[in-house]
Amino acid sequence: MEVPILKQGEVLIATFQAALSDADLEHLRRGLVQQVVKFRSRGVIVDVTAMDVMDSFASRTLREIAHMIRLRGAETVIVGIQPEVAFAMVQLGLTLEGVATALDLEEGLAYLIQKFKNID
Amino acid sequence: MRPGEIRVAINSDQDIVAARQKGRALAIELGFSTGDATLIATSISELARNIVSYARKGEITLKVVQGSSRQGISIVASDRGPGIWDIRQAMKDGFSTSGSLGLGLPGVRRLMDEFEISSEPGRGTIVTVKKWKQ
Repeated sequence: MEVPILKQGEVLIATFQAALSDADLEHLRRGLVQQVVKFRSRGVIVDVTAMDVMDSFASRTLREIAHMIRLRGAETVIVGIQPEVAFAMVQLGLTLEGVATALDLEEGLAYLIQKFKNID
Repeated sequence: MRPGEIRVAINSDQDIVAARQKGRALAIELGFSTGDATLIATSISELARNIVSYARKGEITLKVVQGSSRQGISIVASDRGPGIWDIRQAMKDGFSTSGSLGLGLPGVRRLMDEFEISSEPGRGTIVTVKKWKQ
């Protein structure tokens, strides 16, 4: 199951369509970092609304994606973590420390636009 | 196969997803809340990942269990991998020998109601967890 990546101006949007395997997540990581370089993107939104489970591997991969993209000078926002998924993550002891999160796509975009304004 | 028992062979990361989806479906079928179904699915994901990372292959068995007054779900993750030399240490947050986060086992214990582990170095590991319906 591949994750489609949409380009919306300076922002890339990756939307999970279903549960992802470890290989899918690694594929996404490669794809996103490559595209950020290719399009000189300034922001990335990863929409995980359809993610059924956020286990240790998934949260580590998302954190790595955000940190790699930050090294390119761009910002990542994770949006759409479902309440029950968030509850399970906290119980499991997983954090997305150092990674911006927002309620949904709209708020994620608003966050990035604000961020760009502060920099320009 | 006994009725109410689902076995999922774990050989690859794809099987991790299949196992947790079957666990969630069974939990929902039994009347667990979506929140508890997510906790169950997350536990299965971690246990199945341990199998793939440490033992390469193994099995997840999902069972319906009947308590004195309530129903529950039991998950058995078994493998014939290298086993765990020091279970006490493996149950500490942050311990890992595979370069992963190492939160797996203590985290799973927090997500579930009951947790049991037995392991013999060189023989394999069996983790049994249960969640009771509220």
